[in-house]
Amino acid sequence: MDKQTRDILEILGEDARVSHAEIATLANMSEKDVTGTIQQLEKAKIIRRYKTVIDWELAGEEYIYAIIELKVRLERKEGYQAIAERLYKFPEVRSVRLLSGEHDISITVRGNSMKQVAFFVAEKIGTLDQVYSTATHFVLKTYKEDGLILDEPEQVKRLPVTP
Amino acid sequence: MKTVPPSGIRRFFDLVSEIDDVISLGVGEPDYVTPWHIREACIHSLEQGETSYTSNFGLIELREEVSRLYTRKHGVYYDPGTEILVTTGVSEALDLAIRTVVNPGDEVIVVQPSYVAYIPSIIFAGGVPVSVSTKMENDFKLTPKELESAITDRTKAVIINYPNNPTGATMDRGDLEAIADVIVEHDLLMISDEVYECLTYEGTHTCFSSLDGMRERTILLNGFSKAYAMTGFRMAYALAPPEIISSMMLIHQYTMMCAPITAQIGAIEALKNGEAEMQKMIREYDRRRHLIVKGLNDIGFDCFKPKGAFYAFPSIPDTGLSSDEFAERLLNEEQVVTIPGSVFGETGEGFLRCAYAASRNDIKEALERMDRFLGRL
Repeated sequence: MDKQTRDILEILGEDARVSHAEIATLANMSEKDVTGTIQQLEKAKIIRRYKTVIDWELAGEEYIYAIIELKVRLERKEGYQAIAERLYKFPEVRSVRLLSGEHDISITVRGNSMKQVAFFVAEKIGTLDQVYSTATHFVLKTYKEDGLILDEPEQVKRLPVTP
Repeated sequence: MKTVPPSGIRRFFDLVSEIDDVISLGVGEPDYVTPWHIREACIHSLEQGETSYTSNFGLIELREEVSRLYTRKHGVYYDPGTEILVTTGVSEALDLAIRTVVNPGDEVIVVQPSYVAYIPSIIFAGGVPVSVSTKMENDFKLTPKELESAITDRTKAVIINYPNNPTGATMDRGDLEAIADVIVEHDLLMISDEVYECLTYEGTHTCFSSLDGMRERTILLNGFSKAYAMTGFRMAYALAPPEIISSMMLIHQYTMMCAPITAQIGAIEALKNGEAEMQKMIREYDRRRHLIVKGLNDIGFDCFKPKGAFYAFPSIPDTGLSSDEFAERLLNEEQVVTIPGSVFGETGEGFLRCAYAASRNDIKEALERMDRFLGRL
């Protein structure tokens, strides 16, 4: 990856709303080249989409998250792909990961109450043919998500002028 | 002592403490907290009870890491046993270097605009500072001719600092080789303060002692403050031939004893595992460099494009104000802290030092306020 592409990705990764003109200044490129590079990155699916990080709790929405570990029975030919697809099509399922170790798959489920999440897992996930066991862990608090610390970020405590 | 005034930066420090809503481009230190892995290594060492004195030279493991770094990066070997001294900041290393090489009455050439500590350190050691001015039209590089013009029979050493505080100038290998020729011709020593080495955005940094014949004539100073955001750790080192290091070590032994062990352990961690985080900070400084230089030029300053450190050093538009008056009014009227160029030597008059170790939002806000201020003048 060249330096300018890395600059664009790091700048957008931190704040997707930075204008192309400002990126051009920061990366020392023309605005046209910035726009062109971003289009290529989007086309190549290196930039998948632009997303907003929302603190739903602060907004008054009481979402409940649970991490559910699944053990699955594999079908011939299809491997894990088929069960992954079954799982990720549920909008309640926010992430699906294939794991090494004791469990096979880990999913994150979001709902409005513990009851709703528990019923969803019991009715929709636990009943899938390939799934033979589930272990549900409700999330009590998230401290850091996808590299972002959700508490107040640490500020450097420095004097306004070097003494 | 009465001939040495307090640092001009210090005066601004006192002014600022009385004003609210200040945006500071006045700070010569990173706006990052020290990377966590470095702090964590220090915490762990405290838990393990590592709280003692170390060798006067510094921990051998740290000196070995420094030695490996210079071999790997610059192809210069320094013996960890006799040629490396760990100090509490480059400030101490500088003082030791000057006290070691300067006899009363010896002249030391200071390349200005320059960091504020060089001249006082020379005077404290009984030496005579001789200033050489670099010029914006030469990209603030020192030319052999300028250096030659300041040399007399009493000249003992030259202090250079590239990447430079306050101008952000760098000198490439060819530029430095021309200086090295003058050093040899006049049989001088070089004190090379390379603390901003890692903050080189264009080209690659050349370490002065890696030039032909310069290893024996150079006292190289470097530290962790700027590259690893470790200013408060006060961690630095001097590299020089054994006879110089042993004299520096003698003063260090009786004045400082040794650098703090916790900071030394942090420094080892920085050298072993700090490259990725450091590069990340440097990439961000580089973006801010483009942002501030373009911004300053857009609002009417004439700003040289710095190639290193984290300072922009624009020339102030002709408003009849001295740089000191300009900076003070900018602070009082728009609450933006900058440092007047005159603080860095007479030749800095007419310029302003703007540190871009500040968030992009702060830089943008400061530029808007400066634009407003210029509009009123």
